[in-house]
Amino acid sequence: MPHISIKAEKIFELLGLGITNSMIASAIVFLITIFIALYYKNQTSKKRKSNFYYLIKFFVKNIYDLFYSVLGEKTDVFFPLLFAFFFYILLENWFGLLPGVGSLLIKVKEGHEEIFVPLLRGNNADLNTTLALAMISVISIQLFSIKFLGIKKYLHKFFNFSSPIMFFVGILDILSEFSKVLSFAFRLFGNIFAGEVLLTIVAFLVPILASFPFIALEIFVGFVQALVFSMLTAVFLSSAVVEHH
Amino acid sequence: MSAESMKLLSVAIAIAVGAIAPALGIGMIGSKAVEALGRNPEAESAIRTTMILALAFAEAIAIYALVVALILKFA
Repeated sequence: MPHISIKAEKIFELLGLGITNSMIASAIVFLITIFIALYYKNQTSKKRKSNFYYLIKFFVKNIYDLFYSVLGEKTDVFFPLLFAFFFYILLENWFGLLPGVGSLLIKVKEGHEEIFVPLLRGNNADLNTTLALAMISVISIQLFSIKFLGIKKYLHKFFNFSSPIMFFVGILDILSEFSKVLSFAFRLFGNIFAGEVLLTIVAFLVPILASFPFIALEIFVGFVQALVFSMLTAVFLSSAVVEHH
Repeated sequence: MSAESMKLLSVAIAIAVGAIAPALGIGMIGSKAVEALGRNPEAESAIRTTMILALAFAEAIAIYALVVALILKFA
């Protein structure tokens, strides 16, 4: 059986902070994202645009139309955040499927013995990453809610003393904000990590060709999960910025 | 029964029981989506988007069970 680790492995230490293989992968994906964004921005002012520009534009336009059906007039305010989520998670998921990610090994010292760990690790197959994304999403939902409703109405949603029932509903609402973080984080982590495990096991059982349909499936799952993450953020945002009665 | 075999059994039960409800749920979502499509074929893109979103919700339950099973197995 191939060795499967649930947590990301530490590669080296930088000033006492353990740098894990998923952090290295996330740094690479982050740079790619920034590079594509700058490239796109650079191309917009040119007269003759490259094909790659139109590919990205096709993505942006379709995703914009999708969010427009949920958010309506407010789409322009939230679109940068939502598309950043979508694009970054999509690149992360697809980066984890590249050959070499998870299969290139490097020798590290753990205690007294030397072990081999993967140099790169699919970034969303690390719970810390997905938890961070989920917290960014939920905290920004709260901030947008405060911005659109004002602090008084925002607090009124959670602390409502008009009747005992409303009071308990408020408590449940507070709990549901925390459970949103967990469900966001575990959904993304579970899907991507399960995909990695599936690919490893299938490659172990049948060395050639059998992995191919599963890789196609994982490309689809990576896309759907990126879409679901940003779509759910959009749905929660749209209900957070309107007043409840 | 040894501790090791008990662990393997618990992994199998965790994913087997945890997959029942999401499987039923996904089946219902699919059947209702097809029904809606039959009644209202113009709304195909809206139905598809909503269906995939609902599918992801239902699938997440199975994924939770899978995560528990994987943690039991490998951690």
